[in-house]
Amino acid sequence: MSHAPNTEGKYKWIGTRPDRPDGADKVTGRARFGADFSLPGQLIGKVLRSPHAHAVIKSIDTSKAEALNGVKAVITVKDFPDQPNLIVPTGEMQVNMRDITRNIMAREKALYEGHPVAAVAAVSEAIAKQALALIKVEYKVLPHVIDVAEAMRPGAPVLHDHLLTEGANPPATKPSNIAKRIEFKKGDTKDGFKHAEVTIERDFTTQAVHQGYIEPHATLASAAEDGQVQVWSTTQGHFQVRGFCARLLGLDTSQIRVTPTEIGGGFGGKTVVYLEPLAIRLSQKSGKPVKMTMSREDVFRASGPAPGGNVKVKIGAKRDGRIVAAECIVEMQAGAFPGSPVGPACMCSFACYDIDNIYIEGFDVVSNRPKVAAYRAPGAPISAWAVESTLDILAQQLKMDPIDLRLKNAAKKDTKTAYGVTFNTIGFVETLKAVKESEHYKTPVKPGHGRGIACGFWFNIGADSSAASHVGEDGSVTVISGNPDIGGSRASLALMAAEELGVDYSRVRPVIADTASIGFNFVTGGSRVTFATGLAVVNSVRDMIRELKVRAAKIWKVDPDGVIWENGMAKPAGANVGTFEPLTLADLAAQAGRTGGPINGHAQLNVTGAGPGFGVHCVDLMVDNDTGCVTVDRYTAAQDVGTAIHPSYVEGQLQGGAVQGVGWALNEEYIYSAKGTLQNPGFLDYRMPVASDLPMIETILVEVPNPSHPYGVRGVGEVPIVPPTAAVGNAIARATGVRMVDLPMSPPRLSAALDAALPRMAAE
Amino acid sequence: MAKIHVNTTINGAPTEFLCDANQTLLDVLRDTLGLTGSKEGCGSGDCGACSVMVNGRLVCSCLVLAPEAEGVKVETIEGMAHGDKLHPLQKKFVEMAALQCGICTPGFLIASKALLEKTPNPTETEVRYWLAGNLCRCTGYDKIVSAVLDVAAEMRESAR
Repeated sequence: MSHAPNTEGKYKWIGTRPDRPDGADKVTGRARFGADFSLPGQLIGKVLRSPHAHAVIKSIDTSKAEALNGVKAVITVKDFPDQPNLIVPTGEMQVNMRDITRNIMAREKALYEGHPVAAVAAVSEAIAKQALALIKVEYKVLPHVIDVAEAMRPGAPVLHDHLLTEGANPPATKPSNIAKRIEFKKGDTKDGFKHAEVTIERDFTTQAVHQGYIEPHATLASAAEDGQVQVWSTTQGHFQVRGFCARLLGLDTSQIRVTPTEIGGGFGGKTVVYLEPLAIRLSQKSGKPVKMTMSREDVFRASGPAPGGNVKVKIGAKRDGRIVAAECIVEMQAGAFPGSPVGPACMCSFACYDIDNIYIEGFDVVSNRPKVAAYRAPGAPISAWAVESTLDILAQQLKMDPIDLRLKNAAKKDTKTAYGVTFNTIGFVETLKAVKESEHYKTPVKPGHGRGIACGFWFNIGADSSAASHVGEDGSVTVISGNPDIGGSRASLALMAAEELGVDYSRVRPVIADTASIGFNFVTGGSRVTFATGLAVVNSVRDMIRELKVRAAKIWKVDPDGVIWENGMAKPAGANVGTFEPLTLADLAAQAGRTGGPINGHAQLNVTGAGPGFGVHCVDLMVDNDTGCVTVDRYTAAQDVGTAIHPSYVEGQLQGGAVQGVGWALNEEYIYSAKGTLQNPGFLDYRMPVASDLPMIETILVEVPNPSHPYGVRGVGEVPIVPPTAAVGNAIARATGVRMVDLPMSPPRLSAALDAALPRMAAE
Repeated sequence: MAKIHVNTTINGAPTEFLCDANQTLLDVLRDTLGLTGSKEGCGSGDCGACSVMVNGRLVCSCLVLAPEAEGVKVETIEGMAHGDKLHPLQKKFVEMAALQCGICTPGFLIASKALLEKTPNPTETEVRYWLAGNLCRCTGYDKIVSAVLDVAAEMRESAR
């Protein structure tokens, strides 16, 4: 069941659910994804990866591979210039160029199993694989470290000799695996805890999980002799691919033209480069186009998982539920190079709540794992798992309804967060109330079941977007932007353009342009496309309308200020302007040649004012006490979505995020051997949720418009993955009496916890 | 090693191709025949993105060797629409937003069509278990299951 949004009557197109513009292509197999692109004469590129978690690369001998018939190019780190210590943004995360060049191709050391050490291009996949086997790499295997807590200990194997903890107090003098220490403070927690009547303190852990997009990374690169390069890539940000490759290969950005293919999921994991610079370099060396795809094993071993982390939470409250102080310490895996999302994890930890005294500390920790990449609300689910579980313990101790406890402490307009931002209009209270009043929450929990509640927050981002709008000679409209459509954004952009123009949705065709055909657009990520690129589209349409009014004024020989745009037509602003028949888009397009030429609109902006989003999830489940297997039998996800432009795709974000979170809660984890090698790099052993694991995911779209957007849009994609782990854990605690603090709550782990608790509970 | 010559039928059309003994049906469909609608998500039969029908049986084409296509009838996503008319499942998937990124969609459509041919009146549970061999990471399955149930109801209605 889905709740209708409340935009009805206010808009003609916004809030409706038309077919997506790329629908037919995507249900017929016509849509071309990353691996579906080929060029005549193309070679197949393959990567040789380190079998060791941590090893010095003493030498690489590629001579035999190069001599193999059919091999056209072999590359190693020698083919890439070293890079400066320079931080650049990628999605909501940041990367250092010095590290990224080492991540795409190991330089001094292999730092994780799966780390690329060489690559070949050959006339067939079979020959490329043979060539990999002929490359001789001499390693000196080093002691490795996988676990965060172990990596932080003195004496742990150190990954980077140059790494001195940034923000350490006192300043670091010796290299360690702790890349950074951060803290956020509000008020005085020492004093705050003195006033607490109940204090709860717990330690939580989570494991690394993968974004799990079904489409493996894939790219096709063609480098010409004059230095011009074309790339087709499945990416969330083709402008980022261009930028990274230009830096890594010493090219101008204008020399690289990247066309985004359709993208088979990303969730943050396709905001960085892995194969693209290798494919370009192989193409440069061989003079042929080079296609590269990752196997699923490659994806698991060598593309960014989301980090695991350890979180310590302490919350103090009055007996009436008012929280007086809260502390949180987060230790987070960065993977082999610095740059975990520990910052957002810290900032989001208590962002849902108006608390006077907060202290948050975070540690960014490297270990011999693949470098983490963004995954939907990067970092936030890890701190939320701990904070929302602790709040549930508090609610149980205070014998308070878990929603009432949160209502008592909920952030509102003008609440100041621990990270310094003061909220504008937000919809957290409305979202809590929506769940409290929902049919789900009002239905009593079935005997033997447990119900869990948890909340989540995400900032959402704006950033750089460009868009253009063109009127065709028949009056139909093309809207051009530069963000890969990962979940229906074409439909949302076309809806806003149709609304703005006052024309039929079917007359607006949204197009996603390559890097040479539209101005810069930041990645599809941060829940920014419908918000920020949507604003660029709206502004480009407004620019076009301004021109349309000028053209109408020319035809009528009046001042442009005397023309208004209404329902897809130019009309005189009033009787004083004169009496003219309205001119439609088609009328104006037909006369464009005589009134000044083609009619286009453009917009480029750095968008600020992204409205943060809040989610509240409610789950009912039962636990099989013998096996520890959890059956989720009812799930509701509610969220402040600003304005739902295309409600079906907004619901889809809530449903998909919730289910990824359920997988994170119940099954998904990276499992390592004692040698530091990944034990479950496939979908059979890395178990993501399947249809039979789940009920329908009910959604409640709470619409509290974002005041910084003409249609009130808030990003919606990320919040939904924040609450599920704790919602599920809280439900398990209420169903069984056993409080889980370690993720995932998989059958082996949960049954062990139940077995340990049952004798104790029987004795009590 | 000499290539193997295979005669098969794909989406009703007699088709012949040459392949290596160790190539999969998926490889040949995608790389030799240009039928890129079937996707490779895992290569191990776990994700279902490469689902096709072989002699009326739902299979992962990444687990079928190309020479095994000799003399059989293969149906892929490219054969699902008739002319410019989408299959009711295809139409409903678009209408109900049962896809986000769309990479798993061809596999889900092939699997759903196979289900409805066998079980025209499935329960929600039957749909969920039948589709448990297909991974979708975007939708949480909700709208996919709803779309299949809706089409089943409509197809029963129009068959009366």
